[in-house]
Amino acid sequence: MKTQWEAVIGLETHAQLMTASKIFSPASTAFGGLPNTQASVIDLALPGVLPVLNRGAVDCAIRLGLAVGATIAERSVFARKNYFYPDLPKGYQISQYELPVVVGGTLSCLVTPKSGEPYPKTVHLTRAHLEEDAGKSLHENYRDQSGIDLNRAGTPLLEIVSEPDMRSSAEAVAYARALHALVMWLGICDGNMQEGSFRCDANVSVRPSGESRLGTRVEIKNVNSFRFLQLAIEHEIQRQIELIEDGGKVVQETRLYDANADQTRSMRSKEDAMDYRYFPDPDLLPLQIPGDWIERVRASLPELPEAMRARLARDYGLNAYDAAVLTSSRALAQYFEAAARAAPDAKMVANWVSGEVAAALNNEAIAIEQCPVPAAQLAALVTRIADGTINQKTARDVFGALWTGKASSVDAHIEANGLRQISDTGAIEAVIDQVLAANASMVAEFKTGREKAFNALVGQAMKATRGKANPAQVNEILRRKLAS
Amino acid sequence: MTELAHSSLAHLARLLDQGKVSSVELARIFLTRIEQHRNLNAFLDVRPEVTLAQAREADARRSRGEHGALLGLPIAHKDIFVTREWASTAGSRMLAGYMSPFDASVVERLAASGMVCLGKLNCDEFAMGSSNENSAYGNVLNPWDHGAVPGGSSGGSAAAVAARLAPVATATDTGGSIREPAAFSGITGVKPTYGRPSRWGMIAFASSLDTAGLLTSSAEDCALVFNAMLGFDARDSTSVERPDEDYTRDLNIDLRGLRIGVPTEFFAQDLQPDVETAVRAALADYQKLGARLVEVSLPNAALGIPVYYVVAPAEASSNLSRFDGVRYGHRARQFGDLTDMIKKSRAEGFGPEPKRRILVGTYVLSHGYYDAYYLKASRVRRLIAEDFQRAFAQCDVIAGPVTSTVAFGFGEKATDPVSMYLADLFTVPASLAGVPALSLPCGLGAKGRPVGLQLMANHFDEARLLGVAHRYQMATDWHRRVPAGY
Repeated sequence: MKTQWEAVIGLETHAQLMTASKIFSPASTAFGGLPNTQASVIDLALPGVLPVLNRGAVDCAIRLGLAVGATIAERSVFARKNYFYPDLPKGYQISQYELPVVVGGTLSCLVTPKSGEPYPKTVHLTRAHLEEDAGKSLHENYRDQSGIDLNRAGTPLLEIVSEPDMRSSAEAVAYARALHALVMWLGICDGNMQEGSFRCDANVSVRPSGESRLGTRVEIKNVNSFRFLQLAIEHEIQRQIELIEDGGKVVQETRLYDANADQTRSMRSKEDAMDYRYFPDPDLLPLQIPGDWIERVRASLPELPEAMRARLARDYGLNAYDAAVLTSSRALAQYFEAAARAAPDAKMVANWVSGEVAAALNNEAIAIEQCPVPAAQLAALVTRIADGTINQKTARDVFGALWTGKASSVDAHIEANGLRQISDTGAIEAVIDQVLAANASMVAEFKTGREKAFNALVGQAMKATRGKANPAQVNEILRRKLAS
Repeated sequence: MTELAHSSLAHLARLLDQGKVSSVELARIFLTRIEQHRNLNAFLDVRPEVTLAQAREADARRSRGEHGALLGLPIAHKDIFVTREWASTAGSRMLAGYMSPFDASVVERLAASGMVCLGKLNCDEFAMGSSNENSAYGNVLNPWDHGAVPGGSSGGSAAAVAARLAPVATATDTGGSIREPAAFSGITGVKPTYGRPSRWGMIAFASSLDTAGLLTSSAEDCALVFNAMLGFDARDSTSVERPDEDYTRDLNIDLRGLRIGVPTEFFAQDLQPDVETAVRAALADYQKLGARLVEVSLPNAALGIPVYYVVAPAEASSNLSRFDGVRYGHRARQFGDLTDMIKKSRAEGFGPEPKRRILVGTYVLSHGYYDAYYLKASRVRRLIAEDFQRAFAQCDVIAGPVTSTVAFGFGEKATDPVSMYLADLFTVPASLAGVPALSLPCGLGAKGRPVGLQLMANHFDEARLLGVAHRYQMATDWHRRVPAGY
């Protein structure tokens, strides 16, 4: 029988922290400045400069730590990771090595496998530590030379390391997405993967199913989207299985993912792995985090996604799926809740937010923060549907008018354009009588048993009322009249 | 003219205040002496126009009614401190002609107090050395004897003050680089508590040890300048947040009842008789002044050298990594790829001593060796610091020799790094413990070369340390002696 293989995956994620200035210098962290305009003498590592820790970066680490239920280390130590590279100005990176600021913790996510039902998964975290980003080497546009841009040098990073808890690319992506959502929820990272604000490296190994020992792992770097993360892991799992089945051996190495070719290629093997000569940075005292610092940060934490999901399900009667969709970002959840509080039917609000609103945002590629329809107007719209003032079809038109700015108030727009639903039975009966009289052939068709003709008659009645008739009443009256 | 150059800072300050001399006149006197004694090779960069502009500004401030204690007094800076208006080379070819866009904190503070900078002083390359024979810009001569080294690494600072080319000079001490040249050059050299002076703008050698201090002709002058120079700096994370203090407050300390600890380990066989005689005479002088000698022990002091020569090179190997030819400093003319550029630039830019220490430091931090060397050295370092705390429970200050010999001749130790390293035997312990320590002249030894007495105090006890030194200098005249011809 053919060996069944199990993949073992752990992720190392670098999240750029949204502090205004760098982790060890007062220079700005804004993205996109002209090369080397946001590099202070400290970032340039000029002779005589010294690092001073930005406490805002520590706040970010504590936020993440508290959100995943980790231990915040009372004392952690910055170390120097020594290696030469032109975009590493000091010749070492200041990072945390033996004593990181965040230890342990867990993150839950909903895995959507290729086949089968979605299932929940809890991933354990090993640690999270603070460090500085390097600059960038620019090889394009230079002939026989390299350009160095140190704007990014010294940008604070939180490296979040998971345990090797994931068993498939779907699990890895579910974890990465949950972490991505969490760091944005906490307001510590902008989550922009294209600009490199959120980067994942995957450690991948395979072993025969049932085996408890870990196989030799390969680290995959350079993955800048969730799709590529999925593809890169799947590709690497397949590569390792084929290699072993062909009698080969996986070697411990670092491989780069090439999205264009959908393959990984070796960057360096363990043999030429660098000796980073870590040692405590004598320029920085150990980082001491007393309890009151932690409590101050805890008090500033927003409601966390998991807690909010449970509360939305409880308070608004949402199912798990709706609750998960609506809490995919904090702004979306806040939008939903603002509308739901002001509307009589939360489930209908949920449907509108994840339906019309989401589609419109997606269509224009804008975020919920830029949504032109305020939550209050969405609530007004749902209110008018629920109380029968307008029907769903009219509501979609009103939403369109709100979106484009043609309308600013739901009620004013309904009144000004006479969009009220016709629910007067007498008026609807009169219209139906006219429709029946004018469409004798359809009536005849219906009577021969063709249900389709019924729908056509409904359509005629709606058309005659310019879509404003209450569809349920039209149905009911028409059915009664045809039956008589 | 010579009389003014031989005067104490305190005296010069009085003359300035009384209008008997101007800052510009003082600057000219010292600039002239610097020019006359260029053969000492003490200065690396002198720019009279910049110095005179600062002096004119000081005179203008005084004419507007300012009366700062240091306003208009000249000073010179060791080339380890970066300066905007003079090149900052750290004695290395790597930084030939390097102009810093900012001033070191110490330079900034002293300039703000109105001190006038005479220029930059030669030193061992990246402050690595005990004889100033490691400067890429040549040896500095000892004004007492041109055949002798001035000590290192602050050799230029020591020679300049000894020859009265500057009334005071900044210096740095990592394992003895202020005290040893002070002893060899017959002047007063003070290393304050680690963390008291800012390291911002000091080109780093070994960050956990590097301490800015002064070379002066007296403890009193040192106290005056410390008042402006020392203090908290938020730009240096190891700077200690304490209020500023008046370092002259204990100058008139009563020595009666003062307990001077004499560590037995500092009077072991390595100590040469001429040095021992002078040091013991100084201790006897202190007894005459009312102090009591107490025998103390620093049992781990002898481990200071091996510990220091693990910790300091380890930190140095990392600190010197920024010199890669990419952004500033020496870049090789010919190279292949980027890695080759970095290798060649460093091979050409660094002299033999930084290379030696980078190699040692890289080795002791390497995977598999870290625990045996760096970690162990860090532990022993703590033991040495604990020795000092035990000793200071029994005494107020500790006294002993600075070096085991008087200044040696050029080339005598240059080919034997270990014997050179042993020159730091008595100075390294205070550096490892981070306590303040000074050297003051207490006699002449073999070949008429100066001998220094070392005094050490507990953390932040600089004021008392300076007072104890000052009382000795009130009773003796070793510190007033100027080498013949200067």
